[in-house]
Order: sequence, then C-alpha cells, then structure tokens
Amino acid sequence: MPRWMALLDGPQTLGRGPAFWSVFAIIVVATSLLPTFVNAFAITNLTYFLVWVFMALGLSLIWGYSGILSFGQTAFFGLAGYTYGVISINLGDAGLWTWFALLVSLILPIVLAVVLGYFMFYGGVRDVFVGIVTLSITLVLETFMAQTAGPEWTIGSARLNGFNGMSNMPPLTFPWGENSIIFDGPAFFWLVLALVVLVYLGLRILVNSRFGNVLVAIRENPDRAEMLGYNVRLYQLLVFVIGSVLAGMSGVLYTLWGSYITPSSMGLTAAALPIIWVAAGGRKDLTATLLATVLLTWLSQQLAVKGNQYALIWMGAILLVVVLFAPEGLFVTLWKRLRGRKRTRQATAAKAASSPSA
Amino acid sequence: MSFLVQAYAFFYQFADSFAFLVLCGLGLAIIFGMMGVINLAHGEFIMCGAYVTVLSARGGLPLPFAMLCGTLAAGLVGLILEFLIIRRLYHRLFDSIVATWALSLIATQGMLIVAGPSIEGLKTPFGSFELGDYSFSVYRALLPLVALLLLGALYWLFVRTRFGIYSRATIQDADMARALGANTSRIYSQTFALGAALAGLTGALYAPTMTAVPTMGQAFIVQSFVSVVVSGADVMLGLAPAAAVLAFIQSLLTKSYGQLIGQIGLLLTVIIVVRVLPKGISGWFLQRSGGR
Repeated sequence: MPRWMALLDGPQTLGRGPAFWSVFAIIVVATSLLPTFVNAFAITNLTYFLVWVFMALGLSLIWGYSGILSFGQTAFFGLAGYTYGVISINLGDAGLWTWFALLVSLILPIVLAVVLGYFMFYGGVRDVFVGIVTLSITLVLETFMAQTAGPEWTIGSARLNGFNGMSNMPPLTFPWGENSIIFDGPAFFWLVLALVVLVYLGLRILVNSRFGNVLVAIRENPDRAEMLGYNVRLYQLLVFVIGSVLAGMSGVLYTLWGSYITPSSMGLTAAALPIIWVAAGGRKDLTATLLATVLLTWLSQQLAVKGNQYALIWMGAILLVVVLFAPEGLFVTLWKRLRGRKRTRQATAAKAASSPSA
Repeated sequence: MSFLVQAYAFFYQFADSFAFLVLCGLGLAIIFGMMGVINLAHGEFIMCGAYVTVLSARGGLPLPFAMLCGTLAAGLVGLILEFLIIRRLYHRLFDSIVATWALSLIATQGMLIVAGPSIEGLKTPFGSFELGDYSFSVYRALLPLVALLLLGALYWLFVRTRFGIYSRATIQDADMARALGANTSRIYSQTFALGAALAGLTGALYAPTMTAVPTMGQAFIVQSFVSVVVSGADVMLGLAPAAAVLAFIQSLLTKSYGQLIGQIGLLLTVIIVVRVLPKGISGWFLQRSGGR
C-alpha cells in the first residue's frame, strides 16, 4: 500500500485495508457512472442527498470526534446560502463571478466561526452552553431573515424576501471558449460527488493524524489534555471552524441545487436534522455519518414524495431507538457486532487448530 | 394623563412578557435544576396542555376544569415518558437532549396528523378594558399575577413539604440522599412529572389567548430556554429576576423596533449571559452570598 494511503487508516476510523478501499472505489466509480444509466430526475435527487453530507461530516468532526455539541450548524449553512444568493444575483454568471460568490460564501462562515469560536472557547463556555449559544445564533439569523420581507431589505439587486426566501440565483458557470460550462444536472452531480470524496478522504486523514488524536484526547478529558500541554481552546476553535465551513459548503451547494434558500433552513427543525443523521449513524465515525446522512435524507424524501406525513415521526423514532438501544449509532454498533463475531470465530478457529486434543 | 397611559401600556407589555417567560421557564427549569436533563420536548408538553384544555373546554367543561385537565394530561404523559425513556438517560446529557428532541419531532408531527394544522380556539375570557386609545385584555393582565402565585406555590412546595425536602436533598447530593433513605428514582419521576405538568399548565393558561397549532411548542421552547439559561439552575432564586430583566429588554426593543427585533434581543442577551454569567443569575447570587 502506498504511503499516502496509510494516512487514511488509523484508530479513529472504522474500515481499513485493501478490502474496505476496494469497496469504496467500486462505490465511487459506480456512483459517478450513474448519470449514463438513470434519468435526470434521479440524478437531481441523488445530488440532493449528497449536498447534506458536508454539514453532517462537519458535525461528526465537531461533536463525535471533539465532544462539542453544536446545535446551530445551520447558521453557517444559511449564512453561506444567502451570501451566495446575494453576490451571484448581483454579479451575474459572467466570467468567474459565480466562483467568486462561492468563495466568499465559504469565507463568511469561517469569519463567523472564528469570532463565535473565540467568544465561546476562549471565554470558558462549555458543555451544553456551546449548544445553546450556537442554537441562539441560528435562531437569530432565522428571525432576522424572516423579517426582511419589505422592499427596503434589498442588497444591490438581490431582494432578501423575508420568509418566502430568495430564489433565481445563477448556477456555477465556467467560461470555456465560445460557450461556458454550466454546472447543473450531471455536471453539478459530479462536482458534488467529487467534493464529497475529497472532503471524506481529507477528514479521514485529519482525524487519523496527530491532530485527530489530540481531538479525541480532548473529547475524553479536556482537563487531562490541557495538563499534557495541549492548547485545548485552539484545537476546539480550529475544529469548530472546519466543521462550520463544511456546513457552509452544504449551504452553498443546497442553494445552487434548488437555486433557492429560505430562513426556515436555519430554523429549529432544520437544526435538528444534522444531529439526527450524525447520532443515528454513529457520531464517532465519518463513514457511518456519511452513510446515515445519505440513507436518512433518501428515506425522508421517499416518505415525503409519497405524500406521507410520517417522515418526521420516522426520523424521531429512529433517533429514539438509536439513543436507547445503540447509543454509539446504528452503523457503528452493527460494524462492531460483525467484527466481534468475525474475531470470535477466528479466535475459536485458532484455538481449535492449536489444541492438541485434535 | 396620556403619559400615564403610555407608561401603563409599557408596563402591561413588560408584565405580559414577564409572565410568559416565567410560565415557560418553570417546568423546564425544575427538570434541568433537579436532574440535569435538558428537556427539548418541553414545548410539546405545553402544546399537549393547550390541546387538552381547548378540546375539553369545547367539549363543555368549564374553563378552569379544562385547564386542570390540560395540566394533568401533560403531567401524566410526562410520568409515562419518564418511566419509558428518560429514566434510562440520566447522566447522559447529550443523549437526553437528542432523545427529547426526537420526542418533540414525533409529538409535533403526530399532532399534525391526528388533529390537523390547527383546531378552533377558545374565546379569551373576561373581555378587555380601555385606557386612552389603548385596549388591554383583562385575562392577559391577570397572567403575571398567576405567574407570581405559581412561583409562591413552588416555593412553598420546595421549602415546606416533605417532597420538597427530599428533592432538595437529592439535588444537593443524590448518593447521600439515597444513603439516608430517600427514594431518589421516585423523586426523579415525580419531578419530571411536575415539570411536565407545569408545562401543561402553561399551555392551558395560554390556550385561550392563541390558536392551538401542532408547532406551537416551538414558539414556547425558545423563550423557555432563554429564561432558564439566564436564571441558572436554582429556579426559586433566579427565575423571577431573570424573567424581569429579559422582559424589560424584550418590551423595550419590541416597543421601539417591533416583535422580531425583540426576539433577537432576547437571544443575543442569552449569548452574552452564557459568556459572562455561565451559572446564570442564581449562580451569581449564590457566589456573592458566599455559597456554592
């Protein structure tokens, strides 16, 4: 195995070695070939499921790996979405302006996360109070955007449009000779898929590095980590910023996907969803989080499309069952069960082979 | 004269907001202060109280009895949920948050399916009175008094009764209380039911003033959290001053800039309080008096 690949595996992630990565490669290749087999509607849907993965992975990093429960990742989601809307509507899709809008929409969440993170972690805000502060922030943003219905709430040519939300922002456009590449349909799908793979691999390297080990040490016991000489607050700030920019990425991609963003994307229900995905899959593992996010967004969409009102009830029920019976998360518990069984089988086989009575 | 009317209008707004914050916060604060469980389904207990009140009042029960039904129904639901779910999640802070959040989703959506997007409301009793150009609801003017009475009753409950002594002992040191013969798990379930019943009472009291909708819990839960965080763990000590400060900020901002800005002001206050007084107003009082 090449050296760089060894960086992907480690104690902080489940799944390793050639078998795991072969399956991973097959899934990625198969997924990327989908646009040739299925219709455009299915591709649009699939893109929608992948769009949320970034926010969920970010929350897994913040909450699962670092022990900071942030309720308000949607604040960064909404901030990024609205930023993209305002800038791209004003500057249009000529040249590289949409990419500029994308870039700024990722920088603003970083700025907010740095300010907020500094305020919290360097100010001694701990435990559940971090959740309360971030939840307050997302609700402040939601309330603020909801009251921007009047015509005076206009930035340049972009109307914020209150509770009805903004729409009609241009898709990402790349000038290419005479024409330009417009990222919608399959092109947008490939872009999102590539980003998911990159972010997933990047985070795996991050959590299995020295940095990731320190994060877990802080999660297990912040005081001990501090006594051992780690700058706990700095680590917490950094990880919060990374998680938040990922939430922002979901926000921009979501806005691009439907060219639409509303204040309710920062509301209480919206804020609950990432927590559900992450907790349901297994917050302490990136792969479990990724799978759970895609699966649960798919499930709730299936339920909603069929005119079924039970989507949220199912989400709630799944979450409840997981918390009560598999507190580590569904996929993590399943994985450990399977590994455990395999290991016992191997152990018995080894024992049988070495025993002299045979 | 018109100045006095203005002043009363402001006071009315302040008292209204004070009552809302106290009533919202009570149930949540008792559960949090006692067991360290953050009950995100608090708003849905309020919703439950409001629905039962409206339905039984429309079914012909006099309003006070309907309110009693709402309170008891929420308390009963609380007792059952404590037995089935919450009991397993003590000392697992994050899990209790996630689980109660799940309950809240289920309750909100369940109520939407069962009862539809809204049910026909009740008429606010007692009518209104007029001062100058303003018209005030008598019922809403009375709510602050009810809030104060409730605080008094809870003070009596926690200071003067056997249950109060046991429960305060359990807060202070659960292991010691258990060693001295207190049945702490029964105290926990009683406290959870009490918190749920208080939430139900809040819903019952506000049922005649608003339309009952399945998502109404969300309108309450934010205010509840705001008042509990600012109050700190000791309800008796912190809740009334916290609600007073917050109500003042909210009514001032609402008067000058509108309701949503008032709401934003509350949330920003919470953020600042978390940073400056992490243990809330009651923690600050205790620290100043040389207590814990």
